[in-house]
Amino acid sequence: MKPAPFDYVLAENAEQALAVLAQEGDAARVLAGGQSLVPMLNMRLARPGMVVDISRLHDLAAIHAGNHAISVGAMVRQADLLAHPHLADSHPLLAQALPWIGHPQTRAQGTVCGSLAHADPSAELPLLLTALDGSVTLRSRRGRRELSAVDFFLGMMTTDCAADEMIEQVRFPAKRPGAGYAFREFSRRDGDFAIVACAAAVTADGIELTLGGVGDRPHRRVWERLSGSALDDALNEFAWQSDARDDQHASARLRRDLVRSLGRQTIEEAQACRE
Amino acid sequence: MQRMKAGTDVPVTLRLNGRSVSGRAEPRTLLSDFLRHELGMTGTHIGCEHGVCGACTVRIDGRMARACLTFAVQADGRAVETVEGLAPETGRLSVLQEAFKRHFALQCGYCTPGILMSLDTLLRDEPDADEERITEVLGGHLCRCTGYAPIVAAALDAAARLRGDIEDV
Amino acid sequence: MAADASVNIGRARPRVEDAALLTGAGQFIDDLAEPPGCLHAAVLRSPHAHALIRDIDTEKAKQVPGVTCVLTGEDLAAVSLPLVVGLKLPMQCWPMAVGKVRYAGEPVAVVVAASRYVAEDALDAIRVDYQSLEPVVSAMDALQPESSLLHEEVGANLVNDRRFRYGDPGAAFADAERVVEITVDYPRNAVTPIECYGVIAKFDPHAEAFDITANFQGPFSMHAVMARSLKVPGNRLRLRTPPDSGGSFGVKQGVFPYVVLMAIAARKAGRPVKWVEDRLEHLGASVSATNRRITLKAAVAGDGRISALDWDQVEDVGAYIRAPEPATLYRMHGNMTGAYDIQNVAIRNRIVVTNKTPTGLNRGFGGPQVYFALERLTAKIATELDLNPVDVIRRNLIAADAFPYRTATGALYDSGDYQRALAMALESDTYKELLARRDAARAAGRLYGIGFAAVVEPSVSNMGYVSTVMTPEERAKAGPKNGAQATATVRLDPLGGVGVQVASVPQGQGHRTVLGQVVGDVLGLDPAHVAVVTELDTARDAWTIASGNYASRFAAAVAGTAKLAAERLREKLAAIAAAQLNVRPDEVVFADGKVAAAGNPENAIPFARLAATSHWAPGTVPDGAEQALSETVYWTPPELTAPDADDRVNSSLCHGFIFDVCGVEVERATGRVSIERYLTVHDCGRILHPEMVDGQVRGGFANAVGAAFYEEYAYGADGSFRAGTFADYLVPTALEVPAPEIMHLEMPSPFTPLGAKGVGEGNCMSTPVALANAVSDALGREVTALPLTPDRVRGLIDEAEPPAPAGSEALPEPEGARTLRGEGEERFAISRDALWATLLDPATLEAIVPGCHAVEQVSEFQFHADVTLGVGPVKDRYKVEVLLSDLEAPQSATLSATATGALGSGSGTGHVYLVETPEGGSQLVYRYQASVGGKVAAVGGRLLDGAARMVIGQFFRALGRHADAERRRGFWGRLWARLTGLRMGSGR
Repeated sequence: MKPAPFDYVLAENAEQALAVLAQEGDAARVLAGGQSLVPMLNMRLARPGMVVDISRLHDLAAIHAGNHAISVGAMVRQADLLAHPHLADSHPLLAQALPWIGHPQTRAQGTVCGSLAHADPSAELPLLLTALDGSVTLRSRRGRRELSAVDFFLGMMTTDCAADEMIEQVRFPAKRPGAGYAFREFSRRDGDFAIVACAAAVTADGIELTLGGVGDRPHRRVWERLSGSALDDALNEFAWQSDARDDQHASARLRRDLVRSLGRQTIEEAQACRE
Repeated sequence: MQRMKAGTDVPVTLRLNGRSVSGRAEPRTLLSDFLRHELGMTGTHIGCEHGVCGACTVRIDGRMARACLTFAVQADGRAVETVEGLAPETGRLSVLQEAFKRHFALQCGYCTPGILMSLDTLLRDEPDADEERITEVLGGHLCRCTGYAPIVAAALDAAARLRGDIEDV
Repeated sequence: MAADASVNIGRARPRVEDAALLTGAGQFIDDLAEPPGCLHAAVLRSPHAHALIRDIDTEKAKQVPGVTCVLTGEDLAAVSLPLVVGLKLPMQCWPMAVGKVRYAGEPVAVVVAASRYVAEDALDAIRVDYQSLEPVVSAMDALQPESSLLHEEVGANLVNDRRFRYGDPGAAFADAERVVEITVDYPRNAVTPIECYGVIAKFDPHAEAFDITANFQGPFSMHAVMARSLKVPGNRLRLRTPPDSGGSFGVKQGVFPYVVLMAIAARKAGRPVKWVEDRLEHLGASVSATNRRITLKAAVAGDGRISALDWDQVEDVGAYIRAPEPATLYRMHGNMTGAYDIQNVAIRNRIVVTNKTPTGLNRGFGGPQVYFALERLTAKIATELDLNPVDVIRRNLIAADAFPYRTATGALYDSGDYQRALAMALESDTYKELLARRDAARAAGRLYGIGFAAVVEPSVSNMGYVSTVMTPEERAKAGPKNGAQATATVRLDPLGGVGVQVASVPQGQGHRTVLGQVVGDVLGLDPAHVAVVTELDTARDAWTIASGNYASRFAAAVAGTAKLAAERLREKLAAIAAAQLNVRPDEVVFADGKVAAAGNPENAIPFARLAATSHWAPGTVPDGAEQALSETVYWTPPELTAPDADDRVNSSLCHGFIFDVCGVEVERATGRVSIERYLTVHDCGRILHPEMVDGQVRGGFANAVGAAFYEEYAYGADGSFRAGTFADYLVPTALEVPAPEIMHLEMPSPFTPLGAKGVGEGNCMSTPVALANAVSDALGREVTALPLTPDRVRGLIDEAEPPAPAGSEALPEPEGARTLRGEGEERFAISRDALWATLLDPATLEAIVPGCHAVEQVSEFQFHADVTLGVGPVKDRYKVEVLLSDLEAPQSATLSATATGALGSGSGTGHVYLVETPEGGSQLVYRYQASVGGKVAAVGGRLLDGAARMVIGQFFRALGRHADAERRRGFWGRLWARLTGLRMGSGR
């Protein structure tokens, strides 16, 4: 179980990395924390001709916290974002959800942007980006563009990131005043990919629920204020429309059940946080 | 910018357990293989090569890392610490290692080096780590022999001794 | 001579093994220095569960720089013999497929190269042409006479069917007040050691001898199997083990086929060859426990007393009955009544082969299967008769004064007081608390249950038990097999140091520590002064076919044998000392490193000086003693006789007892089960090292938590393996495994030198069923299968699902099969006729299939394509064959496709329907079913469904884009002409 051969580039700055990507196109893969890519290389599921290591791009290792959002560079490790001061105040959803990603050992190396680039439908970070209406900044030699989560995630492990682009940073909008947030996840073991993960935001205007682990990318629904059986009905509809499928860890039925039950718990918890 | 061709060996120099050591590696050589077979440091074990079992856990620049998810070339110029570097001197054991022995926290010992690296890092970074936190960090490792409870007990014991709550016997 | 001081036995001394292991100085097989010139092997494995190998093209692989040679099944068959199978059948079991593959993951070729990296590169260059066959996946399917044959020579997939009768079960059932019956399925799982297999093979062409180092664990009866396969006498197969082994739990018995494979590879390469199994190989193709379907009936009186049992077991050994199978099925044969006094037993044992990995040793070995049925049944009896489950257990237990007790099926239970063990648990505060918690939880509407299991844990296997699979007549012809020889050598060096060597090969059980204690106590020495070696070298050390570390034989057999060897040496030393101390030999005392006259500690000599005597002054050794340098003892218990003419067999020497009580809470919404408390009471005879005993209990318990809730070697309906990584095969972590509470009752075995019994496997037998009983109690439903996944538990809760709102119905679920399926639609601006033409044109295919490199039209309706397929970074090049059928121009067609590549293979069938739209355009609706095998299925199962949908969706979207472009170019007239031809073709 050893990787196929590849050329390796250790980029010293972003321009170098982008130049290589522009030249190599689809044959090159960006290596940041390696926690998603390297297992696929070891299993030879992925066999890029070139690996572009961006781990020494120190400019991209910064977190910028503004009043309205937190910007996370491509080399920021998940553990660093989790340890960012005041994260629980500015981004309660991130603070609640980040500990669910893998294990401390993988969070110490895995990057926030790397997980987004990998776009696993059961991973927590794509769900969080979708739930918070975040955006991704893609950069290539052609320039920069900023994409919303909805535009970025195209499907299972597939994003709108072109072959010559890399994620430069990601932006998570801060907590909205008066909003309550909650995150819940059900997995076979702690640290496993989610069977169903739910992120809820409850505001004066309504309820937002985002699902991970169901379907080929995170799904978000926004409702006017709902409660009681109307909420149950809404969740049931969401469950049926979320394209749940069977795999060896859980059936589509269990996933729909979890959307209904875990979804409701998450919304109620977010509601309680708001109050 | 360094560019290395597939299939060619390049020199890799690490600061390994405080000493500078060098070897040669292809771009695709995993750090786990480089440590074991190029540098002869066989204490870091390989259990799954996809980052789940934790047997190969080492420290790179002070952070826990799966050596099987790291290429040797990525570690060039970095500080790498392995189980061989934990004991204060030959013939002695660290406080955590002693606690493992005292609590029978290992049987076959194959997963142990990775677990020691994780828990050593935890107790260094968070001296007040409690049982829940220790269990969370241990949750990133698979052990088939012990049932984990003695490992948690050993880590709690070591943490208390390192804090000075318990005098060494 | 005075009796043992036993100053160390029974104490939890620190382990002598630990310091090296804690500092990274262990010596596991991959740590050992490689022999000069050593090459590295990698194994190509079958992506198919069942297929003929039409051709293997290794030419390109041989051209890869650094490759020395490539070995195929044909090469192997030319120079070796098949591995012995466990039954007299014309079944050929090779270490690598010859002509046909019978399970996904079966070795197909071996590459030997300068490094493992290069060897794997070369695997990618091997092309195998398979003709896939219908797979047989479930044991029950294998029973069907019409099921696809795995072994044509054998003629059936049901390879053995034996019936046994003990007492008069017919009468007992006829007279019974009630008959209670349960049917259960025990799954495939294994205790996956964290270190995988490793082999270093050397061949000396001049001596025609193999020298192998492997982390094999025994039994060394396999040595004979390996030597025979290699066509050498036993003394030309030197098999050695490394000093350390990273866990085994029985599983490392399964390295033996690779010993043969790598031996032949080394012979072909002309150089030493090393192979270290990786995790994907291990999970998919090492060994697993047998999956077993059991129907068990009990004849029961109204008070719960069982008068007879009727077992019907269907054992699935996978693709071959590879030795030592069918041992899993017969290991428990003496114990089919468990802890109960039941005199009438009927048993039907059937063995089937299926397209799954061959089974082998695994912690618990047969026990988890048997007790899952038996202890579920006792719980069900309680439910049906409205009794307390504890009362049903208690009324059937063997009486404390009945030992040694002969079971109906032939086991001789050595010692026990089951009632006392029960009382210890039931009088504990833990149990009282569990009852209170259950009451409180139920009052609050929560799902809470308590489960019990009473289990007899056999240890020290009778080497003859497997022969119970033969009829008495067949056995008589084959000659008797029995016993459980253990060997130990205690020797003295010229400075009076003591060395011990045993043929036991531990994988972390602390044998060296315990043997130091045992021998130290006999010789009056501190264990630190006893040096113990446990690695084995068949060319140098004393060993027998029973050697090895399995069947929990260490404490009972091996440590006991070391004690006997030390005592024999002590007897001789006492004779020498007696002469020097001027006392009788029976007045010599060994203690505190000295040898002294009893009652006169001043009259003493240092042990070391006495021990060195035979080296320096052999003339002073008294007559009759010959030497006092070294003693080797071969010990076998007389109780382990061969199966008798009535099929009674004392399958094991020792019989520990376990009684478990546990409480679980089930989360109704998710089906997740949490273990609240777990109490386990053990009688493992005399305890040699309390911490190691508890370590065995905790370890077995953790493994059993995995078996109960998480672990399964899952297969798709097409025989594809679905648990290929540690993210798919779920081993519980510290976050899932609570600490069990452990209590001990020591009832020493009268049959073993130290009074010890085995302890390592018991919780693997008791815990899965105790937890299942607790879940059953919580839900008020019958648990009949493991693991208790959230889905399975939710299924038992069986709540109706809220219906789908109109318009959002999900796809209907196909029955049973775990196939990929989907549907979709695309709209086109072109007319339906034009769309039809486009769809059937090879130029279209070439243009629209994402990543298509070339399309070749093989016949009118058949195309071959070379395509790069994948999702995200997971891409590979596949050879794709497409066949069109059921053409109903211009409205519908069926596409069948197969794809083969290095990552695996897939096949699928799709139906497309073309509809005209009111705007004059067209709409294409498609439905497909697909299955995927090989590596991509094993490691990517979680994502397969989505990936298939994505790839297929890409195809049709590309079709749409292409069709529009074609329309703009005005080329479709040409295609229409083709269509006319097709319509004629389809009309034939």
